[in-house]
Amino acid sequence: MREKNPIETLIDLMARLPGLGPRSARRAVLHLIRKRGALLAPLAEAMAQVAATARECLNCGNVSTGDVCPICADEARANGILCVVEDVADLWAMERAQVFRGRYHVLGGTLSALDGIGPDELRIPRLKDRLAAERVTEVILALNATIDGQTTAHYIADQLEGRVALSSLAQGVPIGGELDYLDDGTITAALNARKRF
Amino acid sequence: MEWRDTGILLGTRRHGETSLILDVFTPERGRHAGVLRGGTSRKMAPHLQPGGQLDLRWRARLEDHIGAFTVEPQRSRAAAAMGDRLALSGLNAVVALLRFCLPERVPHPALYLRSERLLDLLGQPDLWPLAYLRWELALLEDMGFALDLGQCAVTARTEGLVYVSPKSGRAVTAEGAGNWIHHLLPLPPVMLGQGEAEDSEIAQALDTTGYFMEHRLAPQMGDKPLPEARARLLDRIRARGQRTAP
Repeated sequence: MREKNPIETLIDLMARLPGLGPRSARRAVLHLIRKRGALLAPLAEAMAQVAATARECLNCGNVSTGDVCPICADEARANGILCVVEDVADLWAMERAQVFRGRYHVLGGTLSALDGIGPDELRIPRLKDRLAAERVTEVILALNATIDGQTTAHYIADQLEGRVALSSLAQGVPIGGELDYLDDGTITAALNARKRF
Repeated sequence: MEWRDTGILLGTRRHGETSLILDVFTPERGRHAGVLRGGTSRKMAPHLQPGGQLDLRWRARLEDHIGAFTVEPQRSRAAAAMGDRLALSGLNAVVALLRFCLPERVPHPALYLRSERLLDLLGQPDLWPLAYLRWELALLEDMGFALDLGQCAVTARTEGLVYVSPKSGRAVTAEGAGNWIHHLLPLPPVMLGQGEAEDSEIAQALDTTGYFMEHRLAPQMGDKPLPEARARLLDRIRARGQRTAP
């Protein structure tokens, strides 16, 4: 069998990335080769660096290049509020909003009977340890508004009840959302969580 | 091959980047799987939560192919369940038990009807635990492990039934129990449709149905352990019973 050349290997690897298929991978690789100096070399260098240094933060589970991520290392963010998220992507989404100024705790998934994920597979014991160590006064359960997400939120609430103030994100109409296009579940949740105007 | 039916969504699995494999429970065709193209889209996500009621159209070239679904949401039950711990645990337990014991493509119309009615009661926490207990009894019956609680297995009396035989699943009176009393399971009045149906009594009844699920039903399912979701629901009912106890 003919051995693949490096360009074909790169196309095959790129095609495995989310959102890309063989055709879009070929286009991306061709674009990188054409912009070798401006894109390909810096990209290769950045990827090599990330491959060598990326790891999970020992404290919160965020992805960073050191043992402790910049958020956990920042003393200004030790305000006693901890935001529990399912995944690193959710942490990044919260950071994009630039509203929350406390620290995070990444669970690494949700309880799921289907996938065999029980409480022991999540970073819940570490969360309990952090409450005392970081003098946490409030835990915000910022988990997805799905059955699995909310099951996990209730489970964590059971575990932490009485030890710390608990809150969760509101559920309802998104910004720019039109009632006519919302599903009945979202409308029900919004109505249940209505507030005085 | 093509059919159209209504169904309860039991769960989803990712299939490639944009598709899902839906696991649904329908009245005519029982538990059925199929691919839903574009199922991971943000538009579809709210409708594809477990327990949701869907209008389903299934197409495949051959009967034994997995086939593809097109779905139209009918009603969501997730919103009613999410805000309430007991309801959420209940929804998880029902869906997990149906997935645990239903074979694929075998119709169970009576169980379907009961499951649909039970899930529609999710927003009513006062009725829910009792309805759930009755549903578990119906589930056992539908799976071929019906409990016979009409008369005593020893004395044939129809009154004073307080135990269930773990061997036969039949009711037993105190006098019929004799020396076997320590081997028998409790039969709280709520299992006979009597009494106040307190949470603590329902939890005791669920321990009895749980015995038959674990020792009769589970061995038929390849000896898998009962879903943890059921144990969590039981804990919630017990905890509520303790909070409301005088």
